[in-house]
Amino acid sequence: MKENDVFFHPRGETLFVDDLGDFSGLLHAAVLVSPLAHGRILELDTAAAARQPGVAGVFSARDIPGENQIGGIIADEPLLADGEVHFAGQPVAVAVAGTPRQARRALAAVRMEIEELPAVLDPRQAAAQGLLIAPPRTFVLGDVDRALAKCPVVVAGRVESGGQEHLYLEPQAAVAIPGEKDTLRVISATQSPSGVQRAIARVLGMPMSRVAVEVFRLGGAFGGKEDQATPWAALAALAARALRRPVKLALERREDMRFTGKRHPYSSDFRIGLDDAGKIQAFEVTYYQNAGAAADLSTSILERTLFHATNSYHVPNVRATGYSCRTHLPPFTAFRGFGAPQAMFVIESALFQAAEKMGLDPARLQELNLLSEGDEFPYGQRAKACRAQRCFAEAVSSFGLREARERVRRYNDDNVLSKKGLTLMPVCFGISFTSTFLNQAGALVHAYADGSVAVSTGAVEMGQGVNGKILLVAGRTLGIAQNRLRMDSTCTRRVANTSPTAASTGADLNGKAVELACMELRRRLLQVAAGKLDAAPEELDIRADFVRRSGARTELGWEELVRTAYLQRVSLSSQVHYATPGIHFDRAKEKGEPFAYHVYGAALVEATVDGLRGTAAIDSVQAVHDNGTSINPLVDRGQVEGAIVQGIGWVTLEELLYSEKGTLLTDTLSTYKVPDIRTAPERIEVRFLADAANPAAILNSKAVGEPPLMYGIGAYFALLAALRALRPGKALPFSAPLTHEKILTWLTEE
Amino acid sequence: MAVETVFILNDREVRAALPTGTALVDFIRDDQRLTGTRVGCREGDCGACTVLLGTPGAQGLRYRAVASCLFPLADAAGCHVVTIEGLNNAGLTPVQQAFVSEGASQCGFCTPGIVVSLTAFLLEDAGLDLDDAVTAIEGNICRCTGYTAIRRALERMLQEVRPQAAVAPDRLAALIAAGVIPAYFAAIPARLKALPATGADKSAKQPKDAVVMAGGTDLYVQRGPELAGRKLDLMSRREGFAAIWPEADRILIGAAATVSDLMESRLLAAAFPPLAGFLRQVSATQVRNRATVGGNIVNASPIGDLSVILLALDAAIGLRREALTRERKLSEFFLDYKKLDLRPGEVAAWVSVPLRRDGVRLHFEKVARRRRQDIASVNSAIGLEMDGERIAAAHVSAGGVAPVPLYLRRASAFLAGRKVTAETVREFIAVAGSEIAPISDVRGAAAYKRALLRRLLFAHFLELFPGRLPAGDLP
Repeated sequence: MKENDVFFHPRGETLFVDDLGDFSGLLHAAVLVSPLAHGRILELDTAAAARQPGVAGVFSARDIPGENQIGGIIADEPLLADGEVHFAGQPVAVAVAGTPRQARRALAAVRMEIEELPAVLDPRQAAAQGLLIAPPRTFVLGDVDRALAKCPVVVAGRVESGGQEHLYLEPQAAVAIPGEKDTLRVISATQSPSGVQRAIARVLGMPMSRVAVEVFRLGGAFGGKEDQATPWAALAALAARALRRPVKLALERREDMRFTGKRHPYSSDFRIGLDDAGKIQAFEVTYYQNAGAAADLSTSILERTLFHATNSYHVPNVRATGYSCRTHLPPFTAFRGFGAPQAMFVIESALFQAAEKMGLDPARLQELNLLSEGDEFPYGQRAKACRAQRCFAEAVSSFGLREARERVRRYNDDNVLSKKGLTLMPVCFGISFTSTFLNQAGALVHAYADGSVAVSTGAVEMGQGVNGKILLVAGRTLGIAQNRLRMDSTCTRRVANTSPTAASTGADLNGKAVELACMELRRRLLQVAAGKLDAAPEELDIRADFVRRSGARTELGWEELVRTAYLQRVSLSSQVHYATPGIHFDRAKEKGEPFAYHVYGAALVEATVDGLRGTAAIDSVQAVHDNGTSINPLVDRGQVEGAIVQGIGWVTLEELLYSEKGTLLTDTLSTYKVPDIRTAPERIEVRFLADAANPAAILNSKAVGEPPLMYGIGAYFALLAALRALRPGKALPFSAPLTHEKILTWLTEE
Repeated sequence: MAVETVFILNDREVRAALPTGTALVDFIRDDQRLTGTRVGCREGDCGACTVLLGTPGAQGLRYRAVASCLFPLADAAGCHVVTIEGLNNAGLTPVQQAFVSEGASQCGFCTPGIVVSLTAFLLEDAGLDLDDAVTAIEGNICRCTGYTAIRRALERMLQEVRPQAAVAPDRLAALIAAGVIPAYFAAIPARLKALPATGADKSAKQPKDAVVMAGGTDLYVQRGPELAGRKLDLMSRREGFAAIWPEADRILIGAAATVSDLMESRLLAAAFPPLAGFLRQVSATQVRNRATVGGNIVNASPIGDLSVILLALDAAIGLRREALTRERKLSEFFLDYKKLDLRPGEVAAWVSVPLRRDGVRLHFEKVARRRRQDIASVNSAIGLEMDGERIAAAHVSAGGVAPVPLYLRRASAFLAGRKVTAETVREFIAVAGSEIAPISDVRGAAAYKRALLRRLLFAHFLELFPGRLPAGDLP
């Protein structure tokens, strides 16, 4: 336990990249970016900047020895702009000096002239002009047109959802340290060590084997450091290799907000058809994803949008089409939920409007259409061990929906200016990287001759508690106490070809690899024990630091066992690879089994609107969450609670505003507001579904990082319910976030 | 060239030979390599850099939480600065233990700042109530936990510490006994007294190029990198500038009095009972502990909460250049966007608030994106002197609807002599609407600000005269 970060965090003793200082001759880098969203570079002269006090070097595209390219999925993103700039905040040059302040001051001396070109900011406009990141994709189930033609109830509409700044508290940062024989060690605040390694090797024109990327921990990430930690690490590496000195690049908050991508804004059209009983017969949807100026992860994110078009519902006829639209904004990127929140917001908006049209409670429509065992998703997979209805029913009964309704009704009768709204939000989220090849992980476990054990994986700790879970897995599998175990840093020298810690799969994949590695080590040790105790290995077990024989404790303890194995020249290191079995997806047919399993849940959300001032409060969120058999309930509870508040922030508070020219206006914490302790609901109650073992994942658990974010979407509809009580009859807005400004504007306009 | 700043950092005396405008956080992190104090935003909006500042005064040593990114090194002279490292003992303090036990720390970047804020709360707060503990960390952003686990940790912390500390005659000793702070705190007052007085900042004569700074909470946001190399003329170090004192029929507030000073002033509480409650809507604890009355006014933000409240109190501002002083009505002091009736070499020295025989009915309304620690889209204050059923005199102000904190002159005059009726309020709101000229910006579209001000002006009367207006008929 005392090895765990959580013990050191409140003491301020954990180190983040910018806290590391012990590099002799350390230099600091600062980045010059394009001030314009689109333009042609007419002149870039760094000579004067290079002569500024303390400056060691200034680098631009022409100084890149390898390929000026960091695009991971699609090669469309230069590390430093060359010829043209495609978004305000795009790196153009990097200055390196003795102090961060000297480096930033030097940037002012760079002569840069850019001819402004017209910028496209709107995804629909981009699509109309054919500016797409990749060809559009369509998922089809049944026959939507035929079904819609027969539906007595059809509702169509447009839904908008805004972007979201990650606001990880630790801004982007990296340190690159040159080593002997043209090698580099890079300490990066990244979710994707191998991604950073690959990009650096490509940009510097050197083999990956010469670049070691190491991660200790991240001060939050939420997807924002999956692809977008790469440029800063690569720029530091470029400078460090050229100058033969360690170079640190740490963005300041305002730089980070202006330079880096955020959750994708979407604009979507839908048509939903229902029968008289309220069963959804058909759902047609078109998503216009604002991808920004480069692909980044946008195509994968759009793919997940398509996977989650129907959320937790069975819809027999579906046509979902997605356009990834190229605009002149910083490349939008991964953010917890990865395209699914945008999809779920659309179908929930559709159901809400259908319910209004039919004069029904939206919860009734939701309940009627929840997935059942064996139902087919639009992508061909069928719901297995489906817990959609169980979670919903349990939320209704255990949180007392009927009483809550009655209480809200009375409140609304008694109050003229203040109204409450109540909503249910079911969630179904698929677990696995949808790019099947990413579903692999490696682990390396060393037992040292004194009995201490160190574990390395590809998982990156960013506050989600993955390392603690992995150590629990290792301890249980080896049968030893936690204090013998230590989690090593994540380093591409020890575990190679890592998948990013993303898609909620960190514990699933790396935990499984560690379990397998520990099983192998245990097998070898039991062989040794069998020889020493003159027993058959299958009679033996290790529990609580001692070898057991048919369940009975022997005298052979862990330390002696390890020492004996060492003296007998038995390997005390175990390296194992794991790949999730049984998953596949055919992108030509858009069918397959992309997910190892689904996470289900349902939340009850209550909100209050002050009809006088147009302000809102989310009073409570109560969720029944299908968590499998939790490895660490305290950690998982924290994941659910934190995700809910991020989701609430996305739909009610956090608003990105850009100028007409495509520069970000909300680029500080004083203009971009995230939830504080008074905004977060005072009451968040999480109940984990009982008897919910999940054989498809490590120790019967379920992934937890992303799914609960989407409970937060319920806050939007709870507010709509309150608005409806304030002003019956007027068409409601379906444009997240529902800010105070939007609320009062809706209340006051004709 | 740099003046030495002498103070106690954790349990060590330090002599900082850096420009006095250096932000304290840079000294702590870069010079002293104490990295538990984190830089999250450099504008006092995240709380990750929070440190404890122990200031000697008439009532002994007082500790407050401050944002070290907005704090000039020079103002640490003679004080006790405590970072998270200075709170650590062999195990975990009850505050830290509560965070571990409740899973209230995820990525950990913000946690030290929160622990420091809460330790300041335990040192200073009288009642140790849960809601006040929440208030103490309104300025600390956590992006991971959603604050639910943090609330649980606050409850656990209070259960642990309250019985030992709440009624103890010597809070400091009780907190040492409870392990909240290390034992070395006990000797700090004596050690501070033994410190050599710091040089130039105490001398009356300031260098010509020195930057005049009150709390610095806005100056550092606007001019941080530049200030790092500058000399400062600190208002807080001038004799009497932070005082609040009575004078005949008015109260005088020194320009360097902080928002927290105002909230704690018995004098102001007696004259304007709801004032402290309104001031809770100004920024957050770490910034309220530094932000000053004078700075807020001179900064001339069109949306400054303090300016708007003071306008409704019919305040005047005292200006001083060397021995010359003059006083100006605040309502005449703001000329245009960031333009003041301030002559070269003049500094704001005090604010005076008149006292009325029958008191003032004061109300303040503010709507921002967020309820706390946010800059208003529109704010408004009203001060009414009543003569029975009639309004004898009114002072109404609004922020966010003009280039300056706006005194609604015509609307205020309109109210004088009238009874509070639906008709009066409707006409009053119409008059106010003719005086404003909001612009569209990140805090809202012009039309929104107009609509919002109508509602806030209406809200003043709903709150001050419950039941007098029909609530259904909104402007």
